[in-house]
Amino acid sequence: MIPTSNHQQNKQNAHCFDIIIIGAGLVGCAMARKFTLAGASVLTLEKGADILDGASKGNSAILHTGFDAPPDSIEQSCIADSYQEFISLRKKLHLPLMKTGALVLAWTDDEAERLDGIIKKAYRNQVQDVELLNATRILNKEPQLANHVKAGVYVPREYVIDPWTTPYVYMRQALVNGAKLNCSCEVLNGEFNGEQWQLKTNQGEFKARTVINCAGLYGDVIDQHLIGSSTFQIRPRKGQFLVYDTPAHRLIHSIILPVPNEITKGVVICRTAFGKLLVGPTAEEQDDRDDASVDSETLQSLRKKGEELLPALADVPINATYAGIRPATEFKDYVINHHQDKHYISVGGIRSTGLTAALGIANYVFKKHTDDTQAYSTPEKIIYPDKLHQIAENETRDWQMRGNKGIVCHCERVTEREIETALHDPHLAPASLDGLKRRTRVTMGRCQGFYCSAKLSEMTEGYFQQAIAENIKQENYNG
Amino acid sequence: MDKSPQPPSECDVAIIGGGPSGLAAATELKKLGVNSVVILEREAEAGGIPRHCAHSPFGMREFKRVYNGANYTLKLSQRAMDQGVVICLNTSVIALHKHTQLTLSTPHGVQTLHAKKVIICTGIRETPRAKRLVSGQRPLGIMTTGALQSMISLKHKRPFKQPIIIGTELVSFSALLSCRSAGIRPIAMLEKNARITAKYGTQILAKVLGIPIYYESELSNIIGKHHVNAVDIVSKKSSFKNRLQCDGVIFTGQFIAESSLLSMSHLKIDPHSANPIIDQFGRCSDSDYFATGNMTHPVETAGYCWSNGIKTAQLVYASLKGRLDCYQQHARITSASADIKYIIPQTIAISSKKNELAGINALQIRVNKALKGRLSIRSGEKILVQKNINTLPERRVELALPELVKNDANASLQLYFESG
Ligand SMILES: Cc1cc2nc3c(=O)[nH]c(=O)nc-3n(C[C@H](O)[C@H](O)[C@H](O)COP(=O)(O)OP(=O)(O)OC[C@H]3O[C@@H](n4cnc5c(N)ncnc54)[C@H](O)[C@@H]3O)c2cc1C
Ligand SMILES: Cc1cc2nc3c(=O)[nH]c(=O)nc-3n(C[C@H](O)[C@H](O)[C@H](O)COP(=O)(O)OP(=O)(O)OC[C@H]3O[C@@H](n4cnc5c(N)ncnc54)[C@H](O)[C@@H]3O)c2cc1C
Repeated sequence: MIPTSNHQQNKQNAHCFDIIIIGAGLVGCAMARKFTLAGASVLTLEKGADILDGASKGNSAILHTGFDAPPDSIEQSCIADSYQEFISLRKKLHLPLMKTGALVLAWTDDEAERLDGIIKKAYRNQVQDVELLNATRILNKEPQLANHVKAGVYVPREYVIDPWTTPYVYMRQALVNGAKLNCSCEVLNGEFNGEQWQLKTNQGEFKARTVINCAGLYGDVIDQHLIGSSTFQIRPRKGQFLVYDTPAHRLIHSIILPVPNEITKGVVICRTAFGKLLVGPTAEEQDDRDDASVDSETLQSLRKKGEELLPALADVPINATYAGIRPATEFKDYVINHHQDKHYISVGGIRSTGLTAALGIANYVFKKHTDDTQAYSTPEKIIYPDKLHQIAENETRDWQMRGNKGIVCHCERVTEREIETALHDPHLAPASLDGLKRRTRVTMGRCQGFYCSAKLSEMTEGYFQQAIAENIKQENYNG
Repeated sequence: MDKSPQPPSECDVAIIGGGPSGLAAATELKKLGVNSVVILEREAEAGGIPRHCAHSPFGMREFKRVYNGANYTLKLSQRAMDQGVVICLNTSVIALHKHTQLTLSTPHGVQTLHAKKVIICTGIRETPRAKRLVSGQRPLGIMTTGALQSMISLKHKRPFKQPIIIGTELVSFSALLSCRSAGIRPIAMLEKNARITAKYGTQILAKVLGIPIYYESELSNIIGKHHVNAVDIVSKKSSFKNRLQCDGVIFTGQFIAESSLLSMSHLKIDPHSANPIIDQFGRCSDSDYFATGNMTHPVETAGYCWSNGIKTAQLVYASLKGRLDCYQQHARITSASADIKYIIPQTIAISSKKNELAGINALQIRVNKALKGRLSIRSGEKILVQKNINTLPERRVELALPELVKNDANASLQLYFESG
């Protein structure tokens, strides 16, 4: 992130925004977009060096229909609404989509018996195009699956999307339409004087008429700091993943989902927009809100599980491992509270469907908020951000185009021009290697930086808060 | 921005990768009189791995004198260009197709190239952290030797000051020396076995530099939110965890073939080793494609790969002249033992007529752990060749190429190991 100059900073501190959003995860990004396009002046404060630094860092990238969401829940309605909006927006915002469909598969008789319930629930959730398939039809569709599959439910409109470009574009659209974003800005506490909020951060104080807490894994902490108590408690739930190399992408077409079960959580097998295949996630309760470490034994067991369902995986190398942390709470549903008297909205517990539901959550919150305040006057013109370099494999990539300056990351085919464009982005430049990875995919392939880290360390010099490497002083160098 | 020639749309032989083996093969083909020989190299300079080896010795076989890696590759490239080899830089081969058609990406976009023969010499890389399924967080400061060496020697940068080195292969000691050249002081080397993997005696190097080697120890956890700040190691001997402060982790060795181009094409690879499947002439499962250099046998020295390249060029030349056409039937060798890491060639081509063309004259085998006993190649019950071995991982083991006759075609040969 290009640091905000002192002068600008002071101006922001004195200005009273309509809305301050705390947290630039998936939910915060969609929220900033929604309120900005509706005409509000919006400032987003994010404590990470970059956006998407919390729960939104690692997910399965599935665009859910909500067929298995709890009926009549806020979650279900936000998913349904979001799904519609995503599909209608995605061309204008250049958001990639892979029309994979999903198969909920039963591997035991016991699981097969529960498929009926899944179909009934899907109907209740208005997802009516689901279909019960027998083993033969499943294996016709997906011949690489292990043949002990019993039966399954086909959900044709579960899709795969790009988990990073999607929220980037939401935030970008907010920014090009006038919203502000401060990264490396941690909200410490704040006061409401009956009209205005004054938030204390490590970058000084900021004022707004309304505060929206989208702090994800720290949602309850922010509630406590700002309004004294929280109606929910975050119970971090980690999910570890394996990423298989490109040849695995061809093994399967649909997203393979397990039949949910109270005792064991089966794994999902799912292609990614980047031409890979995921196996995961686990569901592990933990106290730590930040510790997304992987563990060897769990990864081995994921591998075993994956190979049981899709035997050909045994011959495909694993490229990467990662973990994401769900901001789960003691409740099944999202916890969205509107404290009208305090001009404060808390959006908590967006556990495992936030990528899909973010647009719907923003709509839901906006509606609640404008029910009791004056609506904003919609801006005359809504700007759509320029098309970014596409990092999804089903789009034309930069290496296929003229003037790309050559490939730097060979495994993921990321060009020099793409990296430069990301580093020089006037709106949303990356402040860390992780941020650059999410924008371009560098170092995320099979060699994990064997070939390109040297070049990257040079290209990124001076751009990141934490440099990849330091220059060797002459006196230290005997090479 | 780049002065190197643009790839043509047709040529006699296209060589993928401009490391020692690719440069050697190209130079030899020109010497043999082949008209258009093109090297496709994705980096901005040719030379392959030795390009970022600041250290010696390189060049004894090739030039009868010692160079450091960088000068050695300059010499090799110069020699190739003097012979009229066309070296196209910043040119990545993206896909291999039937009828020796290649898809390339250059700074100008995508194009195709049609060659009569293709030689794949894309080399090897080390196994990174992810594939080893190591526990812990994923901060900055974790890398392989290759990445470290190129950072130090090409960019004069260092990513840490006190890393831990995982492994004790020859390359691990090379990492140690590179660290030293950059003022980096490793805190230790970690070896899971009771002895180092490199030749006995190499450990003296660590001793002289005052770097401890922890034997029978494994990395169990990497700690650090933004940058590595410690690792946990477990030792077989003490069974309790030990936390060591350090600011980086270097994963060394465990070389694998850079065969991803093949794995996405119609060519076959051995899924367990990732090596391309070749016959004794270096031909892939599509016989107009050849493979040579380290990708066929992780890992050998640059000089060895250079000799490979020359040998392969001669075979490619023979193939261009139609002299390999009588070898179209194959017997496949598979291994019956999990202790065998790989064998190459994995297929043996059999001639339909008497033919004196010699390809690779010995099978090469690598093992996964210390082995003492007898290796044999069998066809059913019949022992075709055998040999007593006493060897360690990463050591080259050779076994005579069994002589096959016409009716062995399509036979399935088994590689056996019996300890004792
Ligand atoms: C393993 C896994 C798999 C998933 N799979 C899917 C899927 O396939 N499909 C789907 O739709 N969803 C999926 N999800 C869910 C989705 O990723 C989450 O719902 C979503 O990331 C939650 O976003 P958030 O914005 O609420 O939280 P976060 O991403 O945590 O955002 C909160 C932000 O607030 C910031 N913050 C915290 N405290 C402060 C402070 N004091 N001051 C300033 N900033 C602060 C944090 O740094 C963070 O960036 C998955 C999640 C996981 C973990
Ligand atoms: C970290 C490391 C350290 C080593 N240190 C030593 C040492 O000190 N001494 C020693 O003798 N050996 C060393 N080796 C062994 C080394 O592999 C050989 O010395 C030698 O480089 C092998 O030559 P090669 O031609 O087979 O492959 P490489 O030298 O690896 O060359 C392969 C070339 O192919 C190119 N390429 C790959 N894919 C494509 C594509 N799709 N399109 C276009 N071009 C492509 C690469 O850019 C590269 O230039 C080391 C190896 C490694 C990995």
